[in-house]
Amino acid sequence: MTQDHLNFIFIGISFAIYIGIAIKSRAGSTKEYYTAGGGVSPLANGMATAADWMSAATFISMAGTVALSGYDASRFLMGWTGGFVLLTILMVPYLRKFNKATVPDFVGDRYYSKLARGVAVGCAIFICMTYIMGQMRGVGVVFSQLFGISITSGVIIGGTIVFFYAGLGGMKGITYTQVAQYCVMAFAYTIPAIFIAMALTGNVLPQLGLISDYTAGGEAVPFLEKLNNINTELGFAAYTSGKLSTINMFCITAALMCGTAGLPHVIVRFFTVKNVSAVRKSACWTLLFIAVIYLTAPAIGAFARVNLIEKLHETPYQEAPYWLQEFEETGQMAWVDKNDDGKIQYYGPEKSVAGSHAVFQGKKPSYPTFEATEEQLIGPHGQRLLANKADTSNPNELWFGNDIMVMANPHMAGLPMWVIALLMAGCIAAALSTAAGLLLVLSTSISHDLMKKIVKPDLSDKEEVSYARVASFLALAVAVYFGINPPSQFIAKTVAFAFGLAASSFFPALLMGIFSKRMNREGAIAGMLCGILFTFGYITYFQFLDGTPDQYLLGITPEGIGFVGMLINFAVAFLVSAFTPAPPQAVQEMVENIHIPSGSGQASHH
Amino acid sequence: MKDAPSLVHRRACLRLVIALLGVWFSVSFGCGILFREWLDAKAPQIGTAPFGFWMAQQGAVICFVLLLVVYAFVMNRLDAKHGYTEDH
Repeated sequence: MTQDHLNFIFIGISFAIYIGIAIKSRAGSTKEYYTAGGGVSPLANGMATAADWMSAATFISMAGTVALSGYDASRFLMGWTGGFVLLTILMVPYLRKFNKATVPDFVGDRYYSKLARGVAVGCAIFICMTYIMGQMRGVGVVFSQLFGISITSGVIIGGTIVFFYAGLGGMKGITYTQVAQYCVMAFAYTIPAIFIAMALTGNVLPQLGLISDYTAGGEAVPFLEKLNNINTELGFAAYTSGKLSTINMFCITAALMCGTAGLPHVIVRFFTVKNVSAVRKSACWTLLFIAVIYLTAPAIGAFARVNLIEKLHETPYQEAPYWLQEFEETGQMAWVDKNDDGKIQYYGPEKSVAGSHAVFQGKKPSYPTFEATEEQLIGPHGQRLLANKADTSNPNELWFGNDIMVMANPHMAGLPMWVIALLMAGCIAAALSTAAGLLLVLSTSISHDLMKKIVKPDLSDKEEVSYARVASFLALAVAVYFGINPPSQFIAKTVAFAFGLAASSFFPALLMGIFSKRMNREGAIAGMLCGILFTFGYITYFQFLDGTPDQYLLGITPEGIGFVGMLINFAVAFLVSAFTPAPPQAVQEMVENIHIPSGSGQASHH
Repeated sequence: MKDAPSLVHRRACLRLVIALLGVWFSVSFGCGILFREWLDAKAPQIGTAPFGFWMAQQGAVICFVLLLVVYAFVMNRLDAKHGYTEDH
């Protein structure tokens, strides 16, 4: 039995399970479509939320990001989990008590304004759209590797599957599917890590391996010290110290945290449980399940980096392990023999005067077209040749994508084939579960918040659900398009922007709506608009126009600017509301009321 | 609406939230970012890992989980004490 067969079997079985669950629990009414009927147990909802939350970016690229940037990657680890603390203690219990099915619903009612609702719908659609693109890309990457097809066809296949069970099944369908997907992801992520931890450090728990000794190379040395030495020898910054400035690190982490607390697709998850007390328990479970993966990621990153460098650096290409060629085929790794010695060299930016370690010119490897001759396709050592010109300003010859640390991990450690198959199934589960959750929020934003509440209030229940299904198809089509032509290089980067926007729009609006009785319509709308315009403008300027790093505000990169946008939002909102009339009595009573935890009843969408 | 018991409950909740946010800030932004270098150099190592680095990559996440457990437990108890429970 070959690897391909095993992959097909594992993924086939997992798909059969997901689709079976989706069909069995598909939604009949709008209530089931939006909130699964409101009776999901805290444990099941916790698992489903964890799966929804952990995207393909987390699953595939996060360990790679940690491996590449060491300490600097802590911003993602702390940001994405710390945000959950904010979400749980400041937001969801109150929003659950308020008892409406979507986030724009709360914003619209709390700020008694269609405009506020409109702005919130716009933000929700934009955030989910930015986010879902990364997911579709992730699905594409996995399928391309799996079936040996192009990423484009991979994205299209993934999109079709997501449409079938999310668009049709609604919240109830995806909740129970996500429970199954979480289980697949957790096993797929931790099992390879355990094997590698045992091989490199003799510890069964990867988390303990990270803080103990490296034993694979004869003499035992502290693992992180070993990694620091490797890094500095090759011209990278020391693994445990990082390169980001403290203020930038602070802002990015804060933006990710507040963004998490304002993500509409995570907030709606908590409308599926029975009452406020269940929301709190459910949030506990969610973070626990998330932590299982987040605590493993730094260990995988560190182990994989040591493994990769030990296996490839200064190794002749012809003696390199088989998986190098496999990943060259899929375009996830590339080798350019700059000094013609037939050996692979991997060096960091400090080994060159230019301060770069780019292997070739351009951001991504590109390959000669089909008409190319044999000499243009395959190099003298059998390597796959690139169409890009080599970047000769530095000695680094090895290029690999961020996702390689997870994808190649079992290969590097020589793990059995079924582990690799499981990993593939896990990657797909991660991407599908998040894409499905996002798609649902997108479709409800369009059908419920936009069509029913703003455009056409006399929509019947049934029509609303059909609108939602049509909307999810359209949204998916757009997401697939951007999955094929991603606007940003790395999956993780695309996702990071969604957080900046969530932090600068939803987080302040929700927080002030819950905790300030005085905050009024004018203040909230002005704040949201200023926050999101500032953040959006900053990101666009540096990401798509010709902004250069020396123009950064206080050295804050676009990833962290959401935090500044959030401060602007707060400041503008308080200033404007101080000079405009207080909200009506009914709204003030409503705010009073959401702080009383009992009597939340079933989440409704009316 | 503004009867005394609900106000007492709200104050108690707010105190808990502020205390938890204090811990939340100090384990992540404090230990993991602002004082990281100092802690790496001066504080005792966790296993073989520098303290600040370990807090940023592992410790903070562990603390977050504990925070939520405390939150759920104490809040649900507070609700029960003030007669807001509805687990039938």
